[in-house]
Amino acid sequence: MLWQALTFQLGYNATLVTLGAALLGVAAGVTGTFLFLRKRALVSDAISHATLPGVGLAFIAMVAMGMDGRSLPGLLIGSAISAALGLLAVQWLSTRTRLSEDAAIGAVLSVFFGFGIVLLTVIQTMTAGRQAGLESFLLGSTAGMLFSDAMLIAVGGAVALALVMALRRPMTLAAFDPEFAAASGINLDRTDLAMMGLVMGVTVIGLKIVGLILIVALLIIPPVTARFWSDRSDRVVVIAGLLGGLSGWAGAAISASAPALPTGPIIVLVAFGLFALSLLFAPARGGVAALIRHRRFQSGVHVRQGLLSLAQGQPIYEPLTLRLLQKRGLVRADGVATDDGRAHASRAIRDEKRWEVARAIPAFELATARYDGMTRIEDVLTVDQIGEIDALIRPPRKADV
Amino acid sequence: MTETLRLATPEDDTAARVALRESPLAIRGLTVAYDQKPAVFSIDATVTPGSMTAIIGPNGAGKSTLLKAALGIIKPLSGVISVFGQPMSEMRHRTAYVPQRASVDWDFPTRVIDVVLMGLYRQLGLLSRVRAKHRTRAMECLSRVGMEDFADRQIGQLSGGQQQRVFLARALAQDADLYLLDEPFAGVDAATETAIIEVLKSLKAEGRTVVAVHHDLSTVSEYFDNVLILNVRKVSEGPVETAFTRTALDAAYGGRLATAQIDRLSVAG
Repeated sequence: MLWQALTFQLGYNATLVTLGAALLGVAAGVTGTFLFLRKRALVSDAISHATLPGVGLAFIAMVAMGMDGRSLPGLLIGSAISAALGLLAVQWLSTRTRLSEDAAIGAVLSVFFGFGIVLLTVIQTMTAGRQAGLESFLLGSTAGMLFSDAMLIAVGGAVALALVMALRRPMTLAAFDPEFAAASGINLDRTDLAMMGLVMGVTVIGLKIVGLILIVALLIIPPVTARFWSDRSDRVVVIAGLLGGLSGWAGAAISASAPALPTGPIIVLVAFGLFALSLLFAPARGGVAALIRHRRFQSGVHVRQGLLSLAQGQPIYEPLTLRLLQKRGLVRADGVATDDGRAHASRAIRDEKRWEVARAIPAFELATARYDGMTRIEDVLTVDQIGEIDALIRPPRKADV
Repeated sequence: MTETLRLATPEDDTAARVALRESPLAIRGLTVAYDQKPAVFSIDATVTPGSMTAIIGPNGAGKSTLLKAALGIIKPLSGVISVFGQPMSEMRHRTAYVPQRASVDWDFPTRVIDVVLMGLYRQLGLLSRVRAKHRTRAMECLSRVGMEDFADRQIGQLSGGQQQRVFLARALAQDADLYLLDEPFAGVDAATETAIIEVLKSLKAEGRTVVAVHHDLSTVSEYFDNVLILNVRKVSEGPVETAFTRTALDAAYGGRLATAQIDRLSVAG
């Protein structure tokens, strides 16, 4: 079942949903990255909650005009308008009043969402039989997804990606160094509004599949996960898009392969799974790698300190140091150095002395920046350079010549 | 009042216009306020072409504010900024800026070379690709500050002085005629300070103009030609020999500098 869902063989509706979710995931991951880099991830929460009154009002307006209140384009236009109002409210409160942005987000989010819930309740009592399940916009619903719905997501996602491509430089610069951005002529307010507008667009097209409460996860989790895998913003953007797409695709397929699994929440859980894996196992920034690095560094330092003590004939008090030296066959059980240990010790002290001299020479700045108490100087300097240093350690005495 | 006020003559007016047109940075009547409290008040200043000017003054004197207002990063309450006789918005391509190092997040996912390439974004525009010639240019700027070996490092791995040099390299990539720097020597090591001052002097030798917010009074006369001493209002402006005086420092710093310190620093009493 799952394999069939992943390979789009589980029927028309499941295929539409899986494709739509994957495209939405890519668009959300890519757009969300700039929000994350600008450290304004929570604004997306305000934007998404602010869509709800728009959905309700659009439904009421369309019914009043004698149209089908459930028309998706109509509902999405309504949600976009109220999301834009919510966004402007956050922007206005945080720049023109003394409220900080987090307070502004909290205020806007709850008021808009509360108003939206009131509208939904009113609608349920209003036109019997045509309530149309607007609550499905809260958590998303993929039942009865139409080809036109999937097309809307595809086109909307493509437009969002094209705009991100065009605006990536100003948005990156505004996120990294807003003052420099402003000084080089980038209009920060407009760049931020464009970024928020993109987030709003993704939120609106995501309402159908993941719903307004969970879209935030799709905007934020992929970039945060991608950050574990790269130190370059352009790659973080691409990786976030891939991870978002992967989450949407796999999540939708899993939920399609079992009857009782909701699509949006499963997508979010898949995204979280990828995050948890990255948190633990990413090569440079992951937790396991950090732990291994720390352990290796710790034992390296212990061995080095132990060898230096041996070379200077000092006793070693730390049990861990002794244990590590014994394991390497450098000292005997009674703490006396073996022949091998003495050889290592004299090399260690010579290395230490060379480092000491090298670090005082500005020309070696780049190489000596790697000093960590255990890297051998042979690994960072050439034989000639070490020769230079040795000459400084033992200046040739004229009397000998 | 026996003395009559001397009013400006037409000749004065012409001289003022010429000075304004030729100055790389001329500030007239600049006031910036945060919440109705002026950070800088009614500042007039005229930077000499091809000179190195230090903006000095105590903490909270409005040095950085003045620089940011000149760049249009913050909106002044009043005042006119003229860059080579034009509004700043027309002259961005001739202006480079080095912000305070502490103003950015150094854990941002970007490499040293990418930061320098940011100095070329104006030239690159929105869509054109970064080509080999842009990378070469960025590498040239990095080697001018002695950081070419660090090009592929993540910026978070740099020391404070190295970060400052990368920021300077980005400004060099902007290839400007007016360089504005906010505390370029703050918290950097001696090697970096030497490297930066060498670069700034070479910029001056190329006929470019350097204006820097500076906090170390002991190096003012060694590094700079001119000073602009501030304490919200302008205290003194001009060549170091005539403007960096005991009277001016006393007025700007009040009791915050010991008399002996001022005696040692100032050029003339």
